[in-house]
Amino acid sequence: MPSYVMVEKCDGCKGQDKTACMYICPNDLMVLDKERMKAYNRDPQMCWECMCCVKICPQQAMDVRGYADFIPLGASATPLRGSEDIMWTVKFRDGSIKRFKFPTRTTPEGSAKPDGGYQTHDDLNSAALATEPESLGLSAVPTVK
Amino acid sequence: MANFETVEVKSDLLILGGGFSACGAATEASYWAKKKGLKVVLVDKAALDRSGAVAMGLSAINQYVGIRDGENTVEDYVKYVRQDLMGISREDLVYNIARHVDSTVHLFEKWGLKIWKDEKGKYVHEGRWQLMINGESYKILIAEAAKNALAEAGGEIYERVFIVDPLMDGDRCVGAVGFSTRENKFYVFKAKAVIAGMGGAVHVFRPRSVGEGFGRSWYPPFNSGSSAYFTIKAGAEMTCQEVRFIPVRFKDAYGPVGAWFLLFKSAAVSAVAGNYMQVRVGELQNWAPYGLAKPIPANLRNYLGMLDVDAGYGPLYMETDKAIQDIAAQYKDDPKAFKKKMKELESEAWEDFLDMTISQAILWAAQNVKPEEKHSEIAACEPYFIGSHSGASGAWVSGPEDLPTPYKWGYANMTTVPGLFAIGDGSGASSHKFSSGSHTEGRIAGKAAIKYIVDKGQEPKVDAAEVEKLKAKILLPLDLWEKHSKETTDPEINTNYIVPRQFLHRLQKLMDEYAGGVVSAFKTSKALCERGLELMDFLREDAAKMGARDLHELMRAWENNQRMYQADAHIRSILFREETRWPGYYFRADTPKMDDKNWKCFVNCQLDPKTGKWNMMKKDIWTLPGA
Repeated sequence: MPSYVMVEKCDGCKGQDKTACMYICPNDLMVLDKERMKAYNRDPQMCWECMCCVKICPQQAMDVRGYADFIPLGASATPLRGSEDIMWTVKFRDGSIKRFKFPTRTTPEGSAKPDGGYQTHDDLNSAALATEPESLGLSAVPTVK
Repeated sequence: MANFETVEVKSDLLILGGGFSACGAATEASYWAKKKGLKVVLVDKAALDRSGAVAMGLSAINQYVGIRDGENTVEDYVKYVRQDLMGISREDLVYNIARHVDSTVHLFEKWGLKIWKDEKGKYVHEGRWQLMINGESYKILIAEAAKNALAEAGGEIYERVFIVDPLMDGDRCVGAVGFSTRENKFYVFKAKAVIAGMGGAVHVFRPRSVGEGFGRSWYPPFNSGSSAYFTIKAGAEMTCQEVRFIPVRFKDAYGPVGAWFLLFKSAAVSAVAGNYMQVRVGELQNWAPYGLAKPIPANLRNYLGMLDVDAGYGPLYMETDKAIQDIAAQYKDDPKAFKKKMKELESEAWEDFLDMTISQAILWAAQNVKPEEKHSEIAACEPYFIGSHSGASGAWVSGPEDLPTPYKWGYANMTTVPGLFAIGDGSGASSHKFSSGSHTEGRIAGKAAIKYIVDKGQEPKVDAAEVEKLKAKILLPLDLWEKHSKETTDPEINTNYIVPRQFLHRLQKLMDEYAGGVVSAFKTSKALCERGLELMDFLREDAAKMGARDLHELMRAWENNQRMYQADAHIRSILFREETRWPGYYFRADTPKMDDKNWKCFVNCQLDPKTGKWNMMKKDIWTLPGA
């Protein structure tokens, strides 16, 4: 069962109409069992192990156990994602551990400005896209003479 | 019929899909729509932050031309793609993407993507066209810009709505229908123009792992051929439906090999015969001129490895241990510098997995892999359908207006169906666009679609009876389940329907065994294709008999229908092209050689919406002047 939910930690996102994992799963796999108030992966065979659910879970109640049909037991790769970086703890079957930290973005969350601050123009008929040619770093869009 | 509320949503431009190309379309189209007072609506089957092929993240940008710094020209990129696809590419489309792609990458950087730079402030290249990034949140950033652009222009986003069929007004495409995967609602989207950016197709062929690892495809299992189905059903001409893509990756978890090949200079070998690229170099003569030029096309590199596997020389290995020893040798007099370099490379190698194929990190950890001590297995994945990477399948679209291409009918990236545009993995013969080029293609189409609406946009006239028919057809799997599921003690075994998962197994078995999947060692023939099509006829009839117990399964049922149309177009195109041109993607055993005289051309096909018959045709290659 690729992505799984820890019974102790899952709080069903406190009875909201959808849980964080349901919201984010690109393959529509996570479901909330409303009687138990616990989420579960309804079809582990269709799980891509993308860990979008693991990264977003506010209770850190989710993890992935590698595909049983080719991954030996005992390993894990656990993310802790913040607003500008992600920490990974990779646990090996033999008990050794590696830790990595990688940046995720250079700007504050939500701040992406569609035109990137480049100069825009009004010519719907030209080959130049909205921010071009400035965003190309050229004086004009290349064409075939 | 199941009791579903019908919700009608009107807009000027409808963007279908939420991945990189759709986000590019939304960002650019919103800018022009705001100026022209037009409304844009985007529909995504998942959540925009993590939908599409880049949901997990990426560790590199694979298309950056570097025009401003004089690194390469646009023509260089066209030549690169021509070579890799054995001469078969729409050079006008490749040129159009390549001349704009750098601006896309520069925008990504402004939005907050961390692109690696050297001490002089220049981008760090993994290869000639590839840039290194810290890309865990790549999709979130691109979605953020698209959301902000839509919000500024008064646009709307519908998440968790699954699109099935096009809505037609005569021969024009004027919208789409689908359903919510969260509540009993049937959606009717009406618009003056539609952009299809719903990705490629995975799980058409049987995956190598069929247990829990069924979902571990290299491309995501949620890309089900929605774009191909949508454009085919609208009557659009399709191209390169035979040009599937098979990547060679670390075996089973399908982790990326790019860093090992390009950064570590690692070699691939077979256990028995050694470096197959050297040992079998003579074979490349048979695929001249492409086999003899550099870089050697991806499919030919695949093929030489496949020959070793066929000969029983496997497994194939990536020589990670040897690559690291070679690096150590360079630092033999400076152990401190070696240690520092190794730490850097180790972090890069693991980030390569953790950013985009986490399963591979888990697999290595579970097998206690120490790459400096021992090599790791690589293997060819099962075939996928994408308009990017070294695949080429997709809709046949109009070229850029300012190029002397014979293939243009007014609006860039418009299909042969008026008002319907295709982008990303949905548009064909413009390979090697990857994440940045797909976003770029979306931007190109976003602007062109607004221009189309300004020039020719008409209020859509849709036959209400036709919409009701589509609704009944799309909800039928729920009705079949409701009506018959209580007749047997196990509702999965029923004579009146089959469940979507069993249908999928049947499609995959057919494709695997007749159309050259893993089990057939990627080989097929005229006779096998013809038998496959006979079985496909039964499958097509039974497609109308899938039963679904809930909204999730209803989506699965329609995803499978979409895959089946992709499969059908694929077999017909292999059958039509009487040669073998991409031996490392599929090998037609009855026509085992490349035949430039008769087949250096595109193979296009179209499903006539009136007769239901497939038309197969050849189209000439157009070569870019000066490239």
